Amino acid sequence: MTDINTDINTLARTWSGTHGSDTERSPWGRLDLRLTDTCLRDGSHHKRHQFTATECRDIVAALDASGVPVIEVTHGDGLGGSSFNYGFSKTWEQELIKIAAETAQRAKIAFLMLPGVGTKDDIRAAQDNGGQICRIATHCTEADTSIQHFGLARELGLETVGFLMMSHTQPPEVLAKQARIMVDAGCQCVYVVDSAGALIMEQTADRVAAVVAEIGSQTDVGFHGHENLGLGVANTVIAARAGATQIDGSVRRFGAGAGNTPLEAFVGVCDKLGWTTGIDFLKIVDASEDVIKPAMPEECQLDRMTLMMGYAGVYSSFLKHAGNAADRYGVSGAQILLEAGRRKLIGGQEDQLIDIALQLKAEQEKEAANS
Amino acid sequence: MSKLSAAIVGPGNIGTDLMYKLLRSEVIEPRWMIGVDPASEGLRLARDQGLVSTHEGVDWLLKQDELPDLIFEATSAYVHREYAPRYEEAGIRAVDLTPAAIGPAVIPPVNGEEHVGAMNVNMITCGGQATIPMVAAVSRAAAVSYAEIVASVSSVSAGPGTRANIDEFTRTTSRGVTEIGGAAEGKAIIILNPAEPPMIMRDTIFCAVSPEADRDAIVTSVVAMEKAVQEYVPGYRLLQEPQLDEPSEATRGQLKVSIFVEVEGAGDYLPPYSGNLDIMTAAATQVGENIARSLLPSGG
Repeated sequence: MTDINTDINTLARTWSGTHGSDTERSPWGRLDLRLTDTCLRDGSHHKRHQFTATECRDIVAALDASGVPVIEVTHGDGLGGSSFNYGFSKTWEQELIKIAAETAQRAKIAFLMLPGVGTKDDIRAAQDNGGQICRIATHCTEADTSIQHFGLARELGLETVGFLMMSHTQPPEVLAKQARIMVDAGCQCVYVVDSAGALIMEQTADRVAAVVAEIGSQTDVGFHGHENLGLGVANTVIAARAGATQIDGSVRRFGAGAGNTPLEAFVGVCDKLGWTTGIDFLKIVDASEDVIKPAMPEECQLDRMTLMMGYAGVYSSFLKHAGNAADRYGVSGAQILLEAGRRKLIGGQEDQLIDIALQLKAEQEKEAANS
Repeated sequence: MSKLSAAIVGPGNIGTDLMYKLLRSEVIEPRWMIGVDPASEGLRLARDQGLVSTHEGVDWLLKQDELPDLIFEATSAYVHREYAPRYEEAGIRAVDLTPAAIGPAVIPPVNGEEHVGAMNVNMITCGGQATIPMVAAVSRAAAVSYAEIVASVSSVSAGPGTRANIDEFTRTTSRGVTEIGGAAEGKAIIILNPAEPPMIMRDTIFCAVSPEADRDAIVTSVVAMEKAVQEYVPGYRLLQEPQLDEPSEATRGQLKVSIFVEVEGAGDYLPPYSGNLDIMTAAATQVGENIARSLLPSGG
């Protein structure tokens, strides 16, 4: 391995020298890092897409009052995600976006869309409802499916963010090329997305650094982490040191799998490191305890199932669906997740978890018959 | 027996695969392969098979003294929209394998005979060809209030057209789910999976039906449809018995029918994992043959 520490320290120096002063390049002012809370989007998975209008309003109000600059609100699988495959929404996502936009005083409301699930019409509707930042997510080898959506989003005057999902599955140079496709299509910030919570710190740094080297002179680079191996905050710190300036987290980890990088913890870490985020640590800790916690069905756990996801590199939102299929067919949820990793399933293929469960059940029955 | 003459426009993966299928047809003779790139491998392969091959495009074809009876369009929606009126002027029937959707849509085992008289018929999308038969199978046994299809295909078998126009895929497919599948409401999802070795096309069909629906009739109808599709796509198979989930909050109070299929291609030109493309060319061949039989004097 190359001496990653030297590389990161070099990058960190470059970073502190350039970031936070280039207001022309950063649409978000002079902060060192621009944080996005995703509990009303990634947390939608943990909540089984059952957010109510009141919960949405209360969470947005609390985050906004804490100084969170961007709040993402959508079905967990993005616009149009409400379905048999991913779970039906209790409250239509467009209504949640509208409530969020009406509630936020300072924060911008972001929404997510996945080409192949949502369409351009959904983007238009989200903007009509007050969404200002369009985040477009593809699997990290399929960036060219997002070109028409970035084109539309820019035409509509939306700020754009690109998500390269399941970034652990590809080497840094592939991610850099895919990031280039998004930027050429009109993307203003490309995120390295650790959808499976499978990246280990140096791997995060290498990937972020490669993307920064490719597109950093034109646009921002972001990092979105998960906690499936307990590395959310550590990965995020190292991503920032490698040049990421936009960062995702969810207060109280409220996200898929073992949850996201806990935003309030990361804010505290930033305070200690002297990185400005514009977020009041004490206020966001209060929000976590008083507003976010009551809206959660349970805390996000680092347990057998979620550890399997980080270990086998499985898309975090498979968790609840694997659990459902395990219960329905009397098989092991952990085995379903391991098989999902073996089959190299990617985000969106929740339907295949049922097929895996049926296969495991058939194998179990065969074994029982033989013994 | 006489045959209808056909031109294939677009010598890419789809057009080339289609050629091999048409060469086996008893009622269609592929005579022309039309492209625009002299270096195209499809044109070379067509020449090897004795087809008149040109890189001078449709303009060249339409200037010839002898015109085809039938054109199979395997280019892009954009190109087909431009040329479709000229085919019709020249009296040439068109089977459209792009999502241009100018003519009525056809799914062979569902409405294959309905539009044999139309000047232009559309093949919807690969995901539609793989899933709409199953929506129709459930529909003929029970009223479907909502159907949703999830098509997973290998990244290498999704061409630039699909990638650039993924919205057209979801929109055209979901329209087919309602208009031909018979669901009151439809939704389509497509996933491109880059796994190596490439995954064989998989499709999942979810249907919401009344809890009072005749469950045995649904299962029987689905199994019969598998057989009907296998007649032209031998690699089309149910992976599991259709799954019935009792009504709950998660199914919005309806009985949920889940159907899992795999589509393995015949490997004519495209590798067997490209079942998505194979089902398209196999269906287009069926539709073309139905048209041919309706036009040939002997009744085919």
